[in-house]
Amino acid sequence: MGRAGFNTTLLLAITAAAAVGVPVFMADQPIAAIRDELSEPNDFSSIADERQRSIAIFTEMGKVLQHPRCVNCHPRTNRPKQGDPPHPHIPPVARGPDGLGMPAMRCTTCHGEKNFSFGGGRGSLPGAESWHLAPESMAWEGRALGEICEQIKDPQRNGGKSLSELQRHNAEDGLVGWGFEPGDGRSAAPGSQELFGQLTAA
Amino acid sequence: MAKFALTVNGSPHEVDVDPDMPLLWVLRDELGLTGTKFGCGIAQCGACTVHLDGQAQRSCVTPIEAAAGGDIVTIEAIAGPEAKAVQDAWIKHDVPQCGYCQSGQIMSAVALLRETPQPGDAEIDAGMTGNICRCAAYVRIRQAIRTAAETLKG
Repeated sequence: MGRAGFNTTLLLAITAAAAVGVPVFMADQPIAAIRDELSEPNDFSSIADERQRSIAIFTEMGKVLQHPRCVNCHPRTNRPKQGDPPHPHIPPVARGPDGLGMPAMRCTTCHGEKNFSFGGGRGSLPGAESWHLAPESMAWEGRALGEICEQIKDPQRNGGKSLSELQRHNAEDGLVGWGFEPGDGRSAAPGSQELFGQLTAA
Repeated sequence: MAKFALTVNGSPHEVDVDPDMPLLWVLRDELGLTGTKFGCGIAQCGACTVHLDGQAQRSCVTPIEAAAGGDIVTIEAIAGPEAKAVQDAWIKHDVPQCGYCQSGQIMSAVALLRETPQPGDAEIDAGMTGNICRCAAYVRIRQAIRTAAETLKG
């Protein structure tokens, strides 16, 4: 295939992927360098109706909530996923009774308090303070954004958090923040934790 | 480079290394403890497993700055009733074939039995799933852990 043909094919593939909302990763572009955008709260100020504005803002937050960096550790089973696109975690690990893994195979057996770059110069092992799975009651995988909204506002399922505690969690929690700085080899959640916190507050 | 104090197998050490140097290479290259093996370097095989503050830890992805100050135990000094039971069971079942992964397998098995003295097959599989054996000695490994658990029952 000639160079012109390749470029035409690539353009068609990107156009098709964009049309159906599939993230496009260029083979020669580091995944970590691809960063989607996240709107600011002010961008929604033109929506006069409060309910409609709230829905629009939460839909924007959904770009983060439904991003693989978040959903992979909010699984509907007892096993996390990893990668872009998500696939079962390798090696196969399990939630365990406390959400911290199984005996001899704890999350912290491999995951430290910060990302660890592999010696070969490509890729990294993700890490953040208190690496763990979200509780079963906060499983988001496969759920619609509206269901996730109800879930995270429900103290019975969100670990007893009030709305202000939820906002603080989104704005300050280290594991949430990791999603925006996930290390080499995986795409980052769009925007920043600061902006995500502002959207939550709005 | 920076200096780090650490306790390995009960002895204090000080090393002057890059803070990002994996614990594995500190153990092997700086301290000469070569029982812990390099397998993959990306926490996928378990050959590098040691104990850090009593928990199984993949030393190939643990920077020394994260391990410093911790109590590190390697295959050279693993001891106690669980370790003895595992050692005896490993001999009884003639577990190793090529042997390369065995120090990691044993460190994980001892960590498993310390937390779960009487593990069922599912718990053994869950605890040992991160330790790969290229000789596929998995059936003997599981049987030896069962035997060790029986020994510990007394």
